[in-house]
Amino acid sequence: MNELNVVSKLSARGYSRRDFLKLCTVMAASMGLPLSAGEKIASAVESPTRPPVIWISGQGCTGCTESLLRTTHPTLEHLILDMISLDYNETLNAGAGHQAEKFMEQSIEKNIGKFVLVVEGSIPTKDGGIYCKVAGTPFVDIVKNTASKAAAVIAIGSCASWGGIPSAEPNPTGAKGVSKVLPGATVMNIPGCPANAYNFTSAVAYYLTYKKLPALDKQGRPKFAYSRLIHENCERRPHFDAGRFAEKFGDEGHKLGYCLYKLGCKGPVTYNNCSILGFCDVGSWPVKAGHPCFGCSEEDVGFSIPQFVEADLEKHSLFTPSATPADITYQRGGNTTATAAGLVGLAVGAALGAGVVASRKLKSEEEASNQ
Amino acid sequence: MSEAKPFGGRVLTIPFILGLLVIIVMLGFLAQRFLLGLGPVSGMNDGYPWGLWIAYDVNVGTAFACGGYAMAILIFIFNKFEYSPLLKPAVLTSFLGYALAGFSIFFDIGRYWNMQNIFLPWHANVHSAMFEVALCIAAYVLVLLIETAPPFLQKLKLHNVENKLSKVLFIFVALGILLPTMHQSSLGSLMVLGGPKMSPLYWSQALPLFFLIGALLLGYAVVIFEATLSGVAFNNPSELKILKKLSAIIPWLVGIFLIVRFQDINARGALEAMFAGDMAGNFFLLESVLLLVALFMLVPAKNRADSRKVFWAAFCALLGAGLYRFDAYIIGFSPGNGWHYFPTTPEILITFGIIAIEILVFVWAAKRAPLLPLSGKKSQA
Amino acid sequence: MTIKRREFLKATAAGGALIVTGSQSASASTAGETIPPQAVGILYDSNLCIGCQACMTACKEANDMPPEHSGQYSTWDNPLDLSANTLNIIKMYKDGEKYAFIKRHCMHCLEPACANACPVSALVKDRETGIVTYDASACIGCRYCQVACPYNVPKFDWYSPFPQIHKCQLCDHLFQQGRYAACCESCPTGASLFGPVEKLKKEAERRLLLEPDKYYDFPVNHIEKGNTRRHKAEKYIPHIYGSEEVGGSQYMILSGTDFSKLGLPDLRERSYVKDLEGVANTFYKYLIYPVAAFAGLVYLVRKREHHE
Repeated sequence: MNELNVVSKLSARGYSRRDFLKLCTVMAASMGLPLSAGEKIASAVESPTRPPVIWISGQGCTGCTESLLRTTHPTLEHLILDMISLDYNETLNAGAGHQAEKFMEQSIEKNIGKFVLVVEGSIPTKDGGIYCKVAGTPFVDIVKNTASKAAAVIAIGSCASWGGIPSAEPNPTGAKGVSKVLPGATVMNIPGCPANAYNFTSAVAYYLTYKKLPALDKQGRPKFAYSRLIHENCERRPHFDAGRFAEKFGDEGHKLGYCLYKLGCKGPVTYNNCSILGFCDVGSWPVKAGHPCFGCSEEDVGFSIPQFVEADLEKHSLFTPSATPADITYQRGGNTTATAAGLVGLAVGAALGAGVVASRKLKSEEEASNQ
Repeated sequence: MSEAKPFGGRVLTIPFILGLLVIIVMLGFLAQRFLLGLGPVSGMNDGYPWGLWIAYDVNVGTAFACGGYAMAILIFIFNKFEYSPLLKPAVLTSFLGYALAGFSIFFDIGRYWNMQNIFLPWHANVHSAMFEVALCIAAYVLVLLIETAPPFLQKLKLHNVENKLSKVLFIFVALGILLPTMHQSSLGSLMVLGGPKMSPLYWSQALPLFFLIGALLLGYAVVIFEATLSGVAFNNPSELKILKKLSAIIPWLVGIFLIVRFQDINARGALEAMFAGDMAGNFFLLESVLLLVALFMLVPAKNRADSRKVFWAAFCALLGAGLYRFDAYIIGFSPGNGWHYFPTTPEILITFGIIAIEILVFVWAAKRAPLLPLSGKKSQA
Repeated sequence: MTIKRREFLKATAAGGALIVTGSQSASASTAGETIPPQAVGILYDSNLCIGCQACMTACKEANDMPPEHSGQYSTWDNPLDLSANTLNIIKMYKDGEKYAFIKRHCMHCLEPACANACPVSALVKDRETGIVTYDASACIGCRYCQVACPYNVPKFDWYSPFPQIHKCQLCDHLFQQGRYAACCESCPTGASLFGPVEKLKKEAERRLLLEPDKYYDFPVNHIEKGNTRRHKAEKYIPHIYGSEEVGGSQYMILSGTDFSKLGLPDLRERSYVKDLEGVANTFYKYLIYPVAAFAGLVYLVRKREHHE
């Protein structure tokens, strides 16, 4: 691909430089960076040396690529595709077959230690990884080989992050995430099904600007996007706090926009920023549309806990105060079962009975001794 | 005076086996208690942190076990050696009562693995009434063990040890009088701190005094009750005569108890609380009536000559004074805030198991060891 | 209790130092007459409390306690009372349109009955801060502290084979990080105010004199940090709950609603600890009576044995 001037391309599409800077500032803000970082991002993006990106796909649905392409925010996908040099992506490649594979090999050799590897889809590991092959090579080997030469590894989507749908029970192919296949390596996970394009582009922009990955949480997810529970910023949260729930799909509560917790919403146990950014730039997100979150970006929640099962709040130490504080006092304890009461009666009866028997015997003995 | 002899006869009778079954049931529930905690087994809760086990097994149980203490006072302080045949069985029941109270404490306290902290000086809190009670009860169980030993040493033919022990026994007898005086009163002191939650009928700064008099009263009543039962059960009417004489103490103790208690309540202006119609008031009336019945039954000398009347009076005194101690811990204690307590079935069955152990060991000992002053002719040994 | 008896007991108690207390350091004074030098406490003002329960949430997080589900819904942390999992609770009093909140947790009494009761010094009152702390490694689980506490504060793990006593310890584990009681840190209105007891008491006395319906500045979070908020003063019951009750406490409560309606027990001034120590001092001081009694008993028993 030829090197292109981003700004000139933008103005060709009717966007001013001002618009471009604005976008970079918005990106900086969404990552919690200072406003001055916007300019840095802008200059990094404008820089004529674009880092090469190799994008490989395993057991995935290509949804992450598709959602990235369909981002409707002004030219975001163009920006990304222009500011990086996307040297290989099976969906977007112009060429195919041996030609494309050869180009990838060339690019890897040329940019060894400099390119960014993006993995989409999970990696089958059972039976030597034979369930997914590209040009006769098991995908697991491709990932290992390529990752060892890459500057950074990004796993996009839940499949690449920890296995996603292919790893759901009974996991016939032994599907795993990238970090499991590359033990010890730093892998940035951008889970989601599909991953939110904003989270991906922001993370890449950060990398371009600061030449390092953003701060990651324990599960390798960038903290700027995944440090808060969906529940914390959910627009239906006031209904949760007040105890107003949709009990069934289409019931009165559902129509009134009540909380979807009882329909199985996993928002209270899922870390993501959908409740702030919306989902993949479509102007909405599942909960807004009336469907409970199913926890796609949370390992052991999405594709693990059934859709309509209520989330386990206890496990995530979620402290939500009740809408109504406790009453001053209430009755408790002292449950008297019939058996227990009977046993007490039995004890009293036995004592009295023993007394009566002894007393009778006493009488007879004394009479006997008197005689 | 007849010689103490083993009664003999079969130990494994049908009632004995029934008792063993009760003990097995108890062990099952105790396993549950140690695996799951106190909540699933007992009715105790954060409002009533002490239930049947402390109020009955420990508090009433050790008072029922004051026979040895009460008899020791009579014999060694008031020089009434004619009562000495009653001492041996009384000391054995005392030992059983205290040992089993100790066992009840073991499964009642939540953190039994820390129990030794009571004996470690750097943990001790000398201001604590509980500390005093725990220490004294532990020491007294040892004293009772030593006092109980002679008949069993005799049975085991350890005459050498028996002789040596008999030379220093006086120290343990003295301790056996001092220690119960201390901890039986302190069992009352414990509830002084419970003041704000207690009925004015049951709270008093003089609780230790009431508990001490109550313990003595129960001690004598229990000796009469148990000696009558064992006399009947083991065909041994010779004891009955001493019991009749002993019964003259009861009206005195009941009288003193009632006077100091009513005077104390009256001084605090709380007497009308007994007619409040609540649990505390009703149980107070019940206790007082039982004690008054015992008092009036035993005042006429004519009645004290009647074994049956002596027995029933002792029985009433036992119930009245025992109930008082129980009520001071449970019925007269009301933490408010809507808390209630009633023992659960497992809780009661565990207490039954404790009582069963006590009876079975006594029966076994009476049949196999020289314990009871048997008249000889009826002994089956 | 008559004055006469109290005087008598005091006189008995004044006889001299207890031999046995010499070795005791931590638990030495279970019936302290004075406030510890660096006593810290909480002033709770029911009139300022909005019932948001942020203090309960903060308490659970600070003390690593699980949420507690009770009642109809299992969705929230909604304890009904203090428990082994809840060290601090906001309760609501309702009377038609009127309502009032009350925050319940350990009072940190000046003469704590629990610390006096504890046979193994698991519960002790800190000599400097006056905080009544709990040490599980000492505790034997006898639950006498629960019986003794006039406020029903210590709670027990009834459903655990390895139970502990749980009660508020004023977040003393946070002090090292320069923090203080989480309930006060998180209180948005100043209803829960942390600080030295003397200063809190002065603040409470000031509030009692405020003119209702006028606006005043109220300190927020920590009385010494200088943050204030402006609130409209409401009428107060002219009493600081905790200033006198059973010897006083380091947690003090102001309210516009009757304290008894808020579930606070109506307690006398003299602590029950003093009653018990009166008894103990009468009979166990110097251990003179027990030792003398023992000597007398040994003499008597020996004499009787010889006569026999």
